[in-house]
Amino acid sequence: MESTTKKTPFYNKHVALGAKLVPFAGYLMPVQFTGIMEEHRAVRNAVGVFDVTHMGEFIVRGLNAEAFLSKITVNDVSRLEIGQVQYSAMCYADGGIVDDLLVYRFADHYMMVVNSSNIQKDFEWTQKNLMDGVDLTNISDDMALLAVQGPKCFDLLRKLTDEPLHNISYYHFTEGELAGKDMIISRTGYTGEKGFELYHDPSYSTELWDALFKAGREYGIQAIGLGARDTLRLEMKYCLYGNEIDQTTNPLEAGLGWITNFNKGAYIGKAALVKIKEAGLKRKLVAFEMEDKGIPRHGYPIVVNDKEVGIVTSGTQSPSLNVGIGLGYLAREYTKTGTEIVIDIRGRKLKATVVKPPFVPSRTL
Amino acid sequence: MNVPGNLKYTNDHEWALIDGDVATIGITEYAAGELGDVVYVELPSIGDTATKGDSIGTIEAVKTVADIYSPVSGEVVEVNEALADTSELVNKDPYGEGWIVKIKLSDASELDDLLSPEDYKKLI
Repeated sequence: MESTTKKTPFYNKHVALGAKLVPFAGYLMPVQFTGIMEEHRAVRNAVGVFDVTHMGEFIVRGLNAEAFLSKITVNDVSRLEIGQVQYSAMCYADGGIVDDLLVYRFADHYMMVVNSSNIQKDFEWTQKNLMDGVDLTNISDDMALLAVQGPKCFDLLRKLTDEPLHNISYYHFTEGELAGKDMIISRTGYTGEKGFELYHDPSYSTELWDALFKAGREYGIQAIGLGARDTLRLEMKYCLYGNEIDQTTNPLEAGLGWITNFNKGAYIGKAALVKIKEAGLKRKLVAFEMEDKGIPRHGYPIVVNDKEVGIVTSGTQSPSLNVGIGLGYLAREYTKTGTEIVIDIRGRKLKATVVKPPFVPSRTL
Repeated sequence: MNVPGNLKYTNDHEWALIDGDVATIGITEYAAGELGDVVYVELPSIGDTATKGDSIGTIEAVKTVADIYSPVSGEVVEVNEALADTSELVNKDPYGEGWIVKIKLSDASELDDLLSPEDYKKLI
């Protein structure tokens, strides 16, 4: 096993800004710069830049590229237009989740964007299920990625590109020049705010970073670490692989029925998912808000009438709402909005209520 | 890193200010920085018995939770109620307004086990 921790092309930028760096998915990544609360608010109110180079990218080419993607993902890839992005998941035959991912459709190929901690597993899974007429390449090490997120992202990026950014709809992308460099300009993100993700060649990462921060100064641009990335996604109830979803969870109970297509042809996991759907879900992922003061964390039991009825998958103090919020799996009968539940926070039984997600309104459109 | 010279310290990054037989307890600037934004402090109750080395409360940061280990044994005589609404004081002023509890010492000899500022500096 290789144990060396890789550095992204932005490593020296992070160090210069005094980031707290931690090993994550094989990379030394910034967990915070000035503080999670401040960074979180910068994204909600202004604009923030995230180094997410650790994400994995696979290129899928060939005559059977679409058929292959249709076989290994749960969403209907045939509905993708050129220039469109689709949120999807790969499942095992039993319906358990291999990973969640984005699928990009280009004129002559597709790109899969997978979670950093799953790159090797996912690549082995896709190789194992490969079809004739498909050429699959892992380009993760040759692709750098910055996310630019927040209500001021349009003002900022307009200064750096002639591309008509307003014509790129949510979950669409274009290939064009930004800060004088070719890149994929993708109207996607993991924050619930308007935002773009910029896939680019690592050789000009630092120039792009400098251009963004120079142009963004007047908008209060800030570097954002993985800590705030997590609180931002949690407020939107976006799933995180390893917390809400993994091999032991299926997309239906995770609230991802909207990406799980039952009308298209056979795909890996379909038969099992049909059965799970017909049998009815035993548990469901819910969002809850603390009524008592306390912060739920991954793994804490959820209790009703002294009986354990669920488990917390993610939790934090919401920087937007200033209360404890969490996601967790609950037995079906307790998942209705307004249901009073109890979170066992290290032995303290604290009250919480099931709420309708997201915790703060989505402003992606 | 600020390590005031008038305080005693623990290996777990608490500080103690000794005034007669009462110790004011907090966490160090280093600890607060490592935890990140403190969002909630679970305090003991006045009258609780504190035992040296045992947890007397917890500090919740956005990403993690940490126990506060009492540097001394004794009775909790005061808690910093201000932290209920302004837990960020632990980050902003860890040696001042961010103090956590005051404990009336039951065994003054325990103070000899605490670290001097010089020794604590070596630790961090």
